[in-house]
Amino acid sequence: MNGEELTEQETALYDRQIRVWGVDAQRRLSKSHVFVSGLKGTAVEFCKNIVLAGVGSLALNDDNPATGEALAANFLIPFDENMGGGGSLAELCCDSLKDFNPMVHVSVEKGDLSNFGVDFFEKFDVVVISCCSLAAKKSVNEKCRKLSKRVAFYTVDCRDSCGEIFVDLQNYSYAKKKVDETVQCQLQYPSFEEAIAIPWRSLPRRVAKLYFAMRVVERFEDVERRRPGETSIADLPNLMKLRNELCLAHSLNESQIPDSLLERLVVSTKEFPPVSAVLGGILGQEVIKAISGKGDPLKNFFFFDAVDGKGVIEDISTS
Amino acid sequence: FLSHATPQFHHLFFRLMASGQQLSAIKGAKVLMVGAGGIGCELLKTLALSGFQDIHIIDMDTIEVSNLNRQFLFRQSHVGQSKAKVAREAVLRFRPQISITPYHANVKDSDFNVDFFKQFSVVLNGLDNLDARRHVNRLCLAADVPLVESGTTGFLGQVTVHIKGRTECYECQPKPAPKTYPVCTITSTPSKFVHCIVWAKDLLFAKLFGDKNQDNDLNVRSNDSASSSDHSEDVFERKKDEDIEQYAKRIYDHVFGHNIESALSNEETWKNRNKPRPIYVRDVLSDELQQNGNVDKMPATDNLSTLSAMAYLGLKNPQDIWSLKENSRIFFAALKLFFSKRQKEIGNLSFDKDDHLAVEFVTAAANIRAASFGIPLHSLFEAKGIAGNIVHAVATTNAIIAGLIVIEAIKVLQNDSKSCRMTYCLEHPSRKMLLMPVEPFEPNKACYVCSETPLLLEVNTHRAKLRDVVEKIVTSKLGMNLPLITHGSGLLYEVGDDLEEDMVANYAANLEKVLSELPYAITGGTMIQVEDLRQELVCNINIKHREEFDEEKEPDGMVLHGWTQAPAVENNKDTTTTTTSSNNGASTSSTSALVPNDMEEDDELTILETGIETIAAAGK
Repeated sequence: MNGEELTEQETALYDRQIRVWGVDAQRRLSKSHVFVSGLKGTAVEFCKNIVLAGVGSLALNDDNPATGEALAANFLIPFDENMGGGGSLAELCCDSLKDFNPMVHVSVEKGDLSNFGVDFFEKFDVVVISCCSLAAKKSVNEKCRKLSKRVAFYTVDCRDSCGEIFVDLQNYSYAKKKVDETVQCQLQYPSFEEAIAIPWRSLPRRVAKLYFAMRVVERFEDVERRRPGETSIADLPNLMKLRNELCLAHSLNESQIPDSLLERLVVSTKEFPPVSAVLGGILGQEVIKAISGKGDPLKNFFFFDAVDGKGVIEDISTS
Repeated sequence: FLSHATPQFHHLFFRLMASGQQLSAIKGAKVLMVGAGGIGCELLKTLALSGFQDIHIIDMDTIEVSNLNRQFLFRQSHVGQSKAKVAREAVLRFRPQISITPYHANVKDSDFNVDFFKQFSVVLNGLDNLDARRHVNRLCLAADVPLVESGTTGFLGQVTVHIKGRTECYECQPKPAPKTYPVCTITSTPSKFVHCIVWAKDLLFAKLFGDKNQDNDLNVRSNDSASSSDHSEDVFERKKDEDIEQYAKRIYDHVFGHNIESALSNEETWKNRNKPRPIYVRDVLSDELQQNGNVDKMPATDNLSTLSAMAYLGLKNPQDIWSLKENSRIFFAALKLFFSKRQKEIGNLSFDKDDHLAVEFVTAAANIRAASFGIPLHSLFEAKGIAGNIVHAVATTNAIIAGLIVIEAIKVLQNDSKSCRMTYCLEHPSRKMLLMPVEPFEPNKACYVCSETPLLLEVNTHRAKLRDVVEKIVTSKLGMNLPLITHGSGLLYEVGDDLEEDMVANYAANLEKVLSELPYAITGGTMIQVEDLRQELVCNINIKHREEFDEEKEPDGMVLHGWTQAPAVENNKDTTTTTTSSNNGASTSSTSALVPNDMEEDDELTILETGIETIAAAGK
């Protein structure tokens, strides 16, 4: 035992999960600070999980008003406040989340994600961004990397019944339990920008098709200056054109990015709640691993597609 | 944009149509959820968000503090209230327009009969025990309603789909038996801490504080070898006017000292085992013997639920491992608190993991016994987990599993059973997968629950009584609660609330008769029918007469064929979780053991049920 002990209240509340990850991990969780930007259904699932687990603090960022679409998969906002009750998504979610676990400090960070400087992120151990542009993903990831302390960086996105998680733990070492001994493991993560720059041809065979499809959609939204998820069926021909160009440039067979998959991603950009639950659960688990230093963290992409039901880890890195 | 129409677009229109169908399938569905706990809370939320409009939910439990870390629909202020009802209110706050019908009741109640089940499009289970799962499985089969079944332990979970005639039923494959231990391991030769816990909980605690009329094997050995007349009277009986202090010391010396000593006298037992060490009060607490233990110094609190030997002795951290001396002091303090503050309950108590004083007593007693047998001691936190069969649980796994349940339920509602999968949530990736879908298995043609294949019972029809068949086969193996046994048109036995008195007497008499002497004699070649009306389950059993049974291998004195039960899984030291309470990880380690990390592409997976394991000292 080192450090202070958990309080009686904490021991009673966290009893079942302490039996899973131990007192040490619980103590580390209670001292960690998590930042989440983009509060649609999937991010909200993640917030619920991490507040229940008992992190020290959670800061929420999303200035958007609570409109019908934003509420579609959000169980944190009571119905009577749905209709023009004022308040941003972050504010409304904050009120609900506080209620989930009085031992977690939940707060709101107002402002545009892209305006937060490097110093801003120093306050956090974990940064999770959802539903944001390619540029924002790259820049927030870079800001986290500039800090002397390690800030774990994640993106999570859900479109239709497909989902993607990206993880950057930079230089990460953790304890791994083998049969009778504990061995120290080292993992080297690329940044988001580095990962997606890797030529498609040099990736392992049978990488999830969803990886390529998400890159095409991401690129499309970037060049067309769309907001994330701002696509429709009318975009499909142009999207397929872009897909063909990218495949040509990367010498990848177009069949690796099927039309039907692209269709799903641009037509129904709403989150499918069961998939949000799955992604929020996996991401919650990953963040708990990263904070506690226990268990194999996933490196560095996770994909889930409700159509085939597979939840797959892909290692998209040069090593 | 129709002018752009290409084959892809035709495909797209088809897809849009399909998703419209999906929506109407969801909206038109009437869903029954069984369980509003860890999985249930997540499931109800995800169903509501996904557009389900008519949800019924059964749960007999009330909310406890240790639920709040994952059952996110509940708050501190709800502790003690019905899970089903509070869950409904919480979900209506963000989806007030849907209909949620709560039942604060046991799913095994007769209200929830086959007609009740028939009204639903699909049944979704979020249960925590084998018994209720089997019951729901049987009713779903009888009502011909598809069942989506689920379970989680720590980071592991699974979702399976059961559609009558198309996929296996929940009972087509054997489930791990509740863990039991041979009586002699518990009473004489413990080798693991869990054996000490079972001894402390099921034998010592029951003997001291439970029903005096219950059979108890605590003194089996010492009585066998007892020559002194001292043992003819019950040493556990507190003598008239006996001081609590004196009584407590007598019990301590008897169970940790004399009993061990008399067990040591049996040389044969210890040939290949480490000999235990008898422990007497005077060895452990010699310095305190004089002054300690004035009952008047006991706390004056009237709040019985907060009585604590730890608090009394100034021990705070439940994670600490106490010394033999500390355990002994806890033993005395807890025993004295029971006899001074809770004397009214004595004789009626049974162990409850939420009874703090009981947990303290059992922890201390198990640790003293462990010390005697050279077994490592454990903290109260760990001991509580083992004694209370506490299953590991985290919010994230439950959320993932609930999402997968809804995905399968939607397929079922669209009559798309071909796409249904059973899915495993793994802790370590297998073939890159953390969530692994597998094709559902076909129904087992020999399953006694979902097929009509008769069972075969080998039994000595001249020696076995009807009672033996009811207890050892019908109740314990077939899991029937209200059995009705017939032979041809003759009724041999029945359980129910509304029976005539003379019938009850008649059945009671039948129970004590050997099979061949029953009014409708059961002999070799006979076929009997066993049914449970509440479960809507009927089984035919062919009887085969057999003279002799091997006492060691066939302790029931009868053998049932066509019914299989997986052997209880031996606990390995758990390598998958970070705690050391190895017993609770039993279902965890057995699961991961069956999912090799680098499986071949087409290997079939078998993962055992992850439900609560129960520990019981098995009767011989």
